[in-house]
Amino acid sequence: MNTILYIIQKEFRQIFRNKGMLPIIFVLPIVQLVILSNAATFEVKNIKFSYIDTDNSSFSRELISKFDASTYFNVLAKYPSNKIANSAMLKGDVDVILEIPSNFERNLLKDKKTDVGVTINAIDGAAAGVTNVYINQILQSFNKNAQSNLIQPSNTSIKYQNITSIPSFWFNKTLNYKTFMVPGILVLLVTMITLFLSGMNIVREKEIGTLEQINVTPIKKHELIIGKLFPFWLLGLVLLSVGLLIAKLLFNVPIVGSLLLMYLYTSIYILVILGIGLFISNFTDTQQQAMFISWFFMVIFILMSGLFTPIESMPNWAQLITELNPIKYFVEVMRMVMLKGAGFNEILPQLTKTLIYAIAMNGLAVLSYKKTT
Amino acid sequence: MSISLKNISKSYNKVSALQNITFNVEKGELFGLIGPDGAGKTTLFRILTTLLIANKGTASVAGFDVFKDYKQIRNNVGYMPGKFSLYQDLTVEENLNFFATIFGTTIEENYDLIKDIYVQIEPFKNRRAGKLSGGMKQKLALCCALIHKPKVLFLDEPTTGVDPVSRKEFWEMLKRLQKKGITILVSTPYMDEAALCDRIALIQDGEILEIDTPKEIVKHYPKAIYNVSANNMYKLIKCLKNYEFMYSVYPFGEFVHYTDKRDLFKPNDLIEFLKQNELQNIEISETQPTIEDTFMELAK
Repeated sequence: MNTILYIIQKEFRQIFRNKGMLPIIFVLPIVQLVILSNAATFEVKNIKFSYIDTDNSSFSRELISKFDASTYFNVLAKYPSNKIANSAMLKGDVDVILEIPSNFERNLLKDKKTDVGVTINAIDGAAAGVTNVYINQILQSFNKNAQSNLIQPSNTSIKYQNITSIPSFWFNKTLNYKTFMVPGILVLLVTMITLFLSGMNIVREKEIGTLEQINVTPIKKHELIIGKLFPFWLLGLVLLSVGLLIAKLLFNVPIVGSLLLMYLYTSIYILVILGIGLFISNFTDTQQQAMFISWFFMVIFILMSGLFTPIESMPNWAQLITELNPIKYFVEVMRMVMLKGAGFNEILPQLTKTLIYAIAMNGLAVLSYKKTT
Repeated sequence: MSISLKNISKSYNKVSALQNITFNVEKGELFGLIGPDGAGKTTLFRILTTLLIANKGTASVAGFDVFKDYKQIRNNVGYMPGKFSLYQDLTVEENLNFFATIFGTTIEENYDLIKDIYVQIEPFKNRRAGKLSGGMKQKLALCCALIHKPKVLFLDEPTTGVDPVSRKEFWEMLKRLQKKGITILVSTPYMDEAALCDRIALIQDGEILEIDTPKEIVKHYPKAIYNVSANNMYKLIKCLKNYEFMYSVYPFGEFVHYTDKRDLFKPNDLIEFLKQNELQNIEISETQPTIEDTFMELAK
């Protein structure tokens, strides 16, 4: 016990003495959280909108003014011809071209129907889809107004049936993107820092040769491993606290659920990450190798975590792989507890899986750690 | 018997590092392993300190088998690897405390053993180990290896890269430790240090060439050896190598060590030969063979 405490003390000394390490541990994650939470958004805004109006009627002008009024669209240009508009799209000046045909107003009045042409830059398919929805919404509301203008009070016999849906957004009433992203990014930060630091830590002792000296001492495996990993476990929890504080104070993310539950889950979760880190460091000889391997897993874990893309829309085999992704469970739990106020029973499946994962990973890591070379 | 090896062999994949090494070191002996880089010295140390498992053979340290009783060995030996391997970002005192703690002891408990050495670095006890000079680092490493009062001390090239004064001091420290009953196995590539050991083993390419006391080992040298000097060293060596009766020629400080093929060697013949080759101030005198000469001869 005495030995473990001394190793922990020694590790902390080394962490706090490393002038380059402290900012990496504490400042960079905060900067990341602040920048990423504000920047990493899927909301489609400021769409570069242009149009070709060959009708030049009061109706067509009213339609354009509707786009102008929308916060999603920046009406940038009016092009006289299709050709010029297309070349502008090619150059990337605009992303949407709305083409209003001649006789737009006349057809609408006479035949009660007309068509408009819409061209959307779909290099980013998801954004193009969202843009299309926005355009349709504006066209529909224009349509409705036009209809009510067109229908004379005398024609009361003709009734138009319209179904309107009134959505109610649970858990994130204002559809605030940050509420969704902040818990996720917080998860990434805790994971990245603890994985990298623990992965590199034991390798570092290999690199500078101190591990050889320690291996000749009667120190026990568990003493060394616990002593070396405990500081990072604690650091992970400190990072979580700092992150939660920022989430609350800076982003005003609601924390509905129990903090205690979050800490309970995180404390088990970090064990998984530390186990992976230790496992990596057992099979590498330099910090550089450890860093590359950690990074490789990190990228897969992040992209398959459901943080940026929903797991439900991945192919089946990929969904199976995500079962092995610890970040997935952490993201789920954080969102469930923070935003939905989930209790112990609701997160029990994730908690159990994480606990099994932690035992398996650390077991493997301890087995593969050898005091002889 | 403090250290005992029997037919120890070790190979890395197909490269053989040690072949059939057999020797014994008595309790309280200062035993030197002398050999060039790559001779297998470090491999031997790693086997004896239980860091590496031999392919063949048995070995025991302080009465414990290196394979079966490796745990006891780790409690009873001190190991100083060739590369400085203490925590550079911890201070002198913290390093010492760290090793004392993981051996389950304290600095105070064994202070008398390290006192001689520690007083020399005590003024810098709050300095980080990475900021110490080479000689100081060696002293600290030795303190750390001694802090748990080991029965056997393994020193892998402790003086490589250390200045001559510190080297001399270091060997004096070893002599004092030896008097306290500690068995010391030390490896070095320096032949002058070999003369300070009780017994030495000459090792090359994973094989032991000879084991004996430094005094005896030079007696194995089969030939009379001569110091030769002249005004132009480079030309002298070149000429000697072309001399038809030459057996061996090695530069040795300000002289060249020369041996002749013939049993009856007349220095005047050689002086004549060298004079013909336009060398001046030629001097030839018989000298005692050194360990280096013996090693060169055996390693041929």
